[in-house]
Amino acid sequence: MKRVYVNEEWCLGCHLCEYNCAFANSGLRDLTALKGKKIFPRIHVEGDDRITFAVSCRHCTDPICVKSCIAGAISKKEGVVCIDRAKCVGCLTCVLVCPYGALTPGEDGVMQKCELCLNNACGSPACVTGCPNRAIVYEERSERQ
Amino acid sequence: MKEYVIIGNGTAAVGCVEGIRSVDPDGPITILSKESRPVYSRPLISYYLEGKTDLDRMRYRPADFYEKNGCRVLIGETATRIDSSSKSVSTDRGGEISYDALCVAAGSSPFVPPFEGLESVDQKFTFQTLDDALALESALSKDARVLIVGAGLIGLKCAEGIAERVGSITVCDLADRVLSSILDSECAALIQRHLEEKGIRFALSDSVVRFDGHSASLKSGTEVDFDILVLAVGVRANTGLIREAGGEVNRGILVNESMQTSVPDVFAAGDCAEGFDFSFGAKRVLAILPNAYMQGYTAGVNMAGGTASFSNAIPMNSIGFFGLHLMSAGTYEGEMIEDKGDGILKRFFVKDGRLKGFILIGATDRAGIYTSLIREGTPLDTIDFDSAVKMASNSVFSQKTRRFKFGGVV
Repeated sequence: MKRVYVNEEWCLGCHLCEYNCAFANSGLRDLTALKGKKIFPRIHVEGDDRITFAVSCRHCTDPICVKSCIAGAISKKEGVVCIDRAKCVGCLTCVLVCPYGALTPGEDGVMQKCELCLNNACGSPACVTGCPNRAIVYEERSERQ
Repeated sequence: MKEYVIIGNGTAAVGCVEGIRSVDPDGPITILSKESRPVYSRPLISYYLEGKTDLDRMRYRPADFYEKNGCRVLIGETATRIDSSSKSVSTDRGGEISYDALCVAAGSSPFVPPFEGLESVDQKFTFQTLDDALALESALSKDARVLIVGAGLIGLKCAEGIAERVGSITVCDLADRVLSSILDSECAALIQRHLEEKGIRFALSDSVVRFDGHSASLKSGTEVDFDILVLAVGVRANTGLIREAGGEVNRGILVNESMQTSVPDVFAAGDCAEGFDFSFGAKRVLAILPNAYMQGYTAGVNMAGGTASFSNAIPMNSIGFFGLHLMSAGTYEGEMIEDKGDGILKRFFVKDGRLKGFILIGATDRAGIYTSLIREGTPLDTIDFDSAVKMASNSVFSQKTRRFKFGGVV
């Protein structure tokens, strides 16, 4: 299964992936409508003045968020870890257990997560498409070594 | 074909079904459900009263869950006896169900101390099941005065859930602070202040001596008048079936890392089980939902002949009260390292160079990174722990570790 990976050597820390992500899931017609607004992306650039990298859901083989969700709102569908936002009550247990720090609440306090843009109009990850330095890739990889 | 029986129909039972099915797609599964409804998200009962969810959205699994997984559910039927020699379970309806592998996922029951005069209280409730919540809901009214006995997770979530629907709420507890099982004094004081700002009154280091109709006399001499009483003193693991079957029982049913009890072919999972707490270094009942699922899943895999072990369970809680989020994990032993800010209090407990536990109030972003440090026993000298204390981030790891974490399929 294809997943999103980040090559931190190439990440400029420009945060464009965050904007592309927020836009892809916003239903807005124009990305510039997000200018000046607080955005709630599902990918986040972390790091410091030396190194930056973007973090989003790893779509784990054995996802602890799915096992821990007190509302049964997170499930795995054909390998993709998805959230049923209608069921989420915003308890943040998934935040407490995700070892990658990949889950964040949306503007409404309800959790949201990367679903690889498979459930929005993009069809493939907008963060990858829009990365100017190809630091974020969408590809098949083997288990980590 | 192997036949499976699960006593209980909660989260641990679902974990068990999914664990069994990951190994054995066909063996029939019989589930004994004391409650007369399909599995639901029990920790959501306070959110239900608060109006943040409803009965439909509270379903823990889709409506076709049992059918898809080949489960026969005996609704409203209770196990009364396990016969380990004939490998069968007797039920309150006279049923005899034989098993090749059995999982006891019988949960816990509210503990109600023998209060003097309790029988004189007409509107009294416990707060554990959806039926409890529905019964309590039917008693709520805009001007009702509510007394909640117990300032633990159950009592306080109940208070939050009904706060907008009643006149006043008083919470009393024998302990000197709220959430005494997961918070130290200073953290508890912060949460208490926040709850008091929302209008909830507290009577701590105090207990009910006697009830008389609509009045409670506390040890301190205070009299609290109330219309509705909620008893949230605590819960006790349902261990009776295993004890009577001659199995080893402490506070909970003792299980190993495969979730086996001392009775052959009998497993236990969830709030009734007492397994190894990795942060504490000994066995403890960890009555939390993630643990119930993971224990259940582990039991299921092993029941079906697979191999699974759950060796790094820790206590952990994530809860919000009126918008203020609180997380806790592990045990609070060793050196305490603190980071404070406006409305923020974070405490980390470090022993032998490893993170053993933490309490986070008001700053919970990426807290799972901390949890993973506990569960993986990460030596803190291999990460930038000073930065981690200030903010959880993947930049606290070395580039090599980060490559390992993010470079391939996990």
